[in-house]
Amino acid sequence: MTTSTDRLEKSILLRAPLERVWSAISDAKQFGSWFGVEFEGGFAAGTPTFGEITSTTVDAEVAKSQQRYTGLRFEFVIDRMEPMRLFSFRWHPFAIEPGVDYSSEPMTLVALELEEVPGGTMLRITESGFDSIPLARRADAFSANEEGWETQARLLEQYVALAAT
Amino acid sequence: MFAALGDETRMRLVARLCEGGPLSITRLTAGSKMSRQAVTKHLAALSQAGLVRSDRAGRERIWRLETKRLVEAGRYLSAISEQWDAALERLRRLVETEP
Repeated sequence: MTTSTDRLEKSILLRAPLERVWSAISDAKQFGSWFGVEFEGGFAAGTPTFGEITSTTVDAEVAKSQQRYTGLRFEFVIDRMEPMRLFSFRWHPFAIEPGVDYSSEPMTLVALELEEVPGGTMLRITESGFDSIPLARRADAFSANEEGWETQARLLEQYVALAAT
Repeated sequence: MFAALGDETRMRLVARLCEGGPLSITRLTAGSKMSRQAVTKHLAALSQAGLVRSDRAGRERIWRLETKRLVEAGRYLSAISEQWDAALERLRRLVETEP
């Protein structure tokens, strides 16, 4: 994984044929089954679609942790669909705080790119546009998790002190 | 961490507040190329996000970090990254186990 201020990038080698991976990421029903979302309609380039968070059917443990978000509704705006090669969409990244209206905030762009490689399919995910997400949103997003913040704070102070020299 | 601040000037302000403790705008601006106006603007943005706060001391405002909020903001990208890791693992299981 590489990180800049604006983007996240990840690659994963999937030991499955290109066609199989393409259908898993471009078919709304299949996408939903691993992502944990049930979409109201199919994916079409340039078109918004709404989904509701469901419990994933792939992993029981994760399903349990997703339960508190079940029923939350969010929007995907499908950007491009180039068969066997590229699927991209815009969304409010993991906008899972109940009761928060994200609609006025900028969206990030997620691109899933496929490449056939020996032994399977390489999937590269790029999510960009984080620089325009409001600071307050970033601080709020995971504030529910208090665990270990004191340790984190000490690390932060050391890190910042180092960067300032 | 700095990724969350999204801006080099803000990053420098936070670094100076962290290093030099609570500081006035005069002290924050001293010895840097930033104008007082620019510093004020960035402090306002950071303050609105709850990442710094100020107290009045005589005729000046003294700015300090809200360390806890900063840590939370810093977790933002890494938390999103972890969410993707988990989702991709589920995708892997789906495509690698089905015919």
